[in-house]
Amino acid sequence: MRNEFSKKAEDIISSNPKTVFITGDLGYNALENIQKIAKERFINAGVAEQNMVGVAAGLAYKGFETFVYSIAPFAVFRCLEQIKIDVCIHNLPVYIVGNGGGYGYGIMGATHHAIEDIACLSPLPNMTCWVPAFKEDVAFCLNQITDQKKPAYLRLGLGKPYPAAIAISKINKIVASESPRITIIALGPVVHNVLEAIPENKNIDLFTILAIPLVKLSDELIKSLSETKKIIVIEEHVERGGLGEHLLSILAKMSIKNIEYVSLHAKGYPSKLYGNQAFHQKESGLDSENIRKEITKLLEV
Amino acid sequence: MEYKNKQKILRKKLLSLYFEANAGHIGCSLSCIDLLIALFEIKTVSERVILSKGHAAAALYTILNSTGEISDETLATFYKNGTKLSAHPSANLFTNIPFALGSLGHGFPIGCGIAYANKLQNNSENVYVLMSDGETNEGTTWEAAHFAVAKKLDNIVVLIDKNKLQGFGFTKDILGDTADINKWKSIGFDIIEEDGHDVEKLFSSINLLKNKKNGMPKLIIANTVKGKGVNFMENKMEWHYLPMNEDMYKKALSSVEENYA
Repeated sequence: MRNEFSKKAEDIISSNPKTVFITGDLGYNALENIQKIAKERFINAGVAEQNMVGVAAGLAYKGFETFVYSIAPFAVFRCLEQIKIDVCIHNLPVYIVGNGGGYGYGIMGATHHAIEDIACLSPLPNMTCWVPAFKEDVAFCLNQITDQKKPAYLRLGLGKPYPAAIAISKINKIVASESPRITIIALGPVVHNVLEAIPENKNIDLFTILAIPLVKLSDELIKSLSETKKIIVIEEHVERGGLGEHLLSILAKMSIKNIEYVSLHAKGYPSKLYGNQAFHQKESGLDSENIRKEITKLLEV
Repeated sequence: MEYKNKQKILRKKLLSLYFEANAGHIGCSLSCIDLLIALFEIKTVSERVILSKGHAAAALYTILNSTGEISDETLATFYKNGTKLSAHPSANLFTNIPFALGSLGHGFPIGCGIAYANKLQNNSENVYVLMSDGETNEGTTWEAAHFAVAKKLDNIVVLIDKNKLQGFGFTKDILGDTADINKWKSIGFDIIEEDGHDVEKLFSSINLLKNKKNGMPKLIIANTVKGKGVNFMENKMEWHYLPMNEDMYKKALSSVEENYA
């Protein structure tokens, strides 16, 4: 999604002179064009993420919409207090862009993973976390972000194109079945593992959710949940503070009762061993084989 | 001479605020109030002073009361439930309190962003950041310092309120002198070290620095005394924290009267 991001960002920067792009010394083979287009509006702030976010807040205070780019863990955790106070409390248009959310940086190891980013950022005032699932979602999210002009986090991963073109919104129905028995809701590109798991689907409604905090559910999603009363939430993020918990807090306030709920989520490093993104997904049960098993199990309930 | 009366009046106001609120942070406000007097004389309407040492908020409130931005009625709500005037500055309420500050190390990076924005907008505004010397312990201070030099932000003026005391001891005994002039010189700052209680000198030093468009960020290392103007508070760590009882308050007022007669 990094290419989709940089292409869209190039458009934004060339069409809006009141945008600034800051990187924390990363972006080789991705940000070169942005640098060329933005000229003095492109800042390499060095390996200094806290200062980078404070600088972004100062620029935003003076009227510049400011992108702050790094890999997801560096863009979120080191500078969390700057995001909370400098950006969110002042409700400034600073857009944090984290590449490689979840286990995206695979074999790079735990320092390079971001599996608690949504939990850290989504409770902050005025903040919205955007998690594209398919390549085309990136431009949609950026349009939303630049329309809203408030604090935002964009979590990029390895996305593929939509199987069939759809009108993208914050909640998307990716797969519809005629007689749904399970509703699967996915966060981010891990949706591709779900698609792999259900090649001949007859019973699954599959949704993606792109924005957290989850404010309200779509009519389509409510209808599906009311029919199936069985949910699998799948996210490359820890259970606490992730999509699942956001969803449960909404469901608890609604009249849909007796729902069977399964959460598939990042479990950290259960075997204490390391590998590529697919390895870590498998360790956490986010791989297509396990998803298939969970579906079978839930159908039998 | 010109400022002596102002220094006295504002100190007495400051003391009454703290006394009414039964609150601490008196020493750190007294150490930087003269810097704020000078800064608010110098800044233009659209320029901003960022009080990065947010624990001295009462000094800022007192100044903004004298400029008319904070009314007497509002000032009287300091520390009370439902106030706009929390112990550390709150966001989004007053033009000249542009940011919520109080977690140390935030104001300087924000100031760098404003300075960079001013360059992009081709305006001649400066931005002023007032930090404590304890605050120069923070890593962000050094990130921002190198940023300001690398990006040639000659439109930022940083003032370090160097009272040599911090949260739990003397700076020299904790991490050493992180506000040392040679350290800051070696990074590339244009620096004047100055008596932080001589408003006239501060006024001319800040003016001198801000008008030098030489590609270098500016720094005033202001040698100050914690609790300045109240003899029994001066250079005492406990006046970072303690509130005054009535007897102390009276003594403090007469000490100010004597020192600024």
